[in-house]
Amino acid sequence: MVTGAGTRTDLLRILDTIHDPEIPVLTISDIGILRDVSVRGTGDVVVTITPTYSGCPAMAQIEEDIVDALADAGFRATVETTFQPPWTTDWMSEDARRRLADYGIAAPESELGVIDEVLCPNCAAASARRITEYSSTACKRMLVCTECREPFDQFKAI
Amino acid sequence: MNTLTTSTPLGTYLTRLADDNLIMGQRLGEYISRAPELEEDLAVANTGLDHVGIARHLYTLAGSIEGDGRSEDDFAMFRSEREFTNALLVEQPNIDFAHVMARQMFFDAYQVPLWDELSSSTHGELAGIAAKGLKEATYHLRRSRSWVVRLGDGTDESHRRMQAAIDGLWRFTAELTQTDDIEEQLAVDGLAPRSGDLRGRWEATVDDVLEDSTLARPDDDFQTDGGRSGMHTEHLGHILAPMQWMQRSHPGLTW
Repeated sequence: MVTGAGTRTDLLRILDTIHDPEIPVLTISDIGILRDVSVRGTGDVVVTITPTYSGCPAMAQIEEDIVDALADAGFRATVETTFQPPWTTDWMSEDARRRLADYGIAAPESELGVIDEVLCPNCAAASARRITEYSSTACKRMLVCTECREPFDQFKAI
Repeated sequence: MNTLTTSTPLGTYLTRLADDNLIMGQRLGEYISRAPELEEDLAVANTGLDHVGIARHLYTLAGSIEGDGRSEDDFAMFRSEREFTNALLVEQPNIDFAHVMARQMFFDAYQVPLWDELSSSTHGELAGIAAKGLKEATYHLRRSRSWVVRLGDGTDESHRRMQAAIDGLWRFTAELTQTDDIEEQLAVDGLAPRSGDLRGRWEATVDDVLEDSTLARPDDDFQTDGGRSGMHTEHLGHILAPMQWMQRSHPGLTW
């Protein structure tokens, strides 16, 4: 069992290998699902996560992935869920936003509804039109680019 | 434990809010594959998922406050019709897309101020769930509002059907903003708002939507209630039967 100053960094490095099962280009840390990690006196690791949406069906899978990844590294972990503060797309890093766009999903706008900020992931034009408020997952919606005519998903601002 | 209330006022209150969201979510689940277009099927499914998700968190919190070890599944799957305390509105059937969206808009117009008030509850965990609920309900209202306006201010046929939905569901709306003794107790400690205090914001939202939709506001002369005390319309039993059948037949069954 590893203890001491290095532990938290080690744990974060392990947790940073866990990807969102529905958006595999982002890790749970990129997306802001991972909130905290600590080690109890018993040596048990407690990982705190927050759901993107209340009904996000990926949360159970993510919990399992966390426990498995830490178990592989010799840690016994439990996962706790927090709702405070509520998850927001503001927590997504610039790097994560870029990778998301490269993957074909437009990054969230600064505030819900500011659609002229949204760049088409195919041609980078800022002239999207909304098709529907939802897409294949609760965290995305579907837009179409009026320049290149390609429909695309956008991670919606919340 | 099979009684209408839990052992604490807060637990009873949370169960009521959870029941609203579970039954709403189940109703929306029934509608998947029947929306007018594929994109709306996705929206119906995702909105339903948000409601069920909130219900799960609230049941879990109610169970932990109660302290008798009831799980979210015990609340959802092993209570009978008379033990559910959801508002009558959410159990009303999916008659057509206009009814689905009118019901959603009435409910969202109630949940936005509800979660807003609850996000400053003196109970930290509840405040957290509510802050999340507020973001989701705000998004739900964007969509439900836009559909009510689009259909109300649409063709003669869409206007007629949306007006029929508004008229048909109107009598279940006053119940959403009725204060009872449980809420009075909770309000004293700053745990929850009085539902009656949400009425102003509910009316402002609904009046605004109806005006933009060119729809007439129905008369208030007949309103019905009873959901909060377990007296339901004939529809709830038909929701619970398919929802609970598997767990009742095979208790504890998991995927």
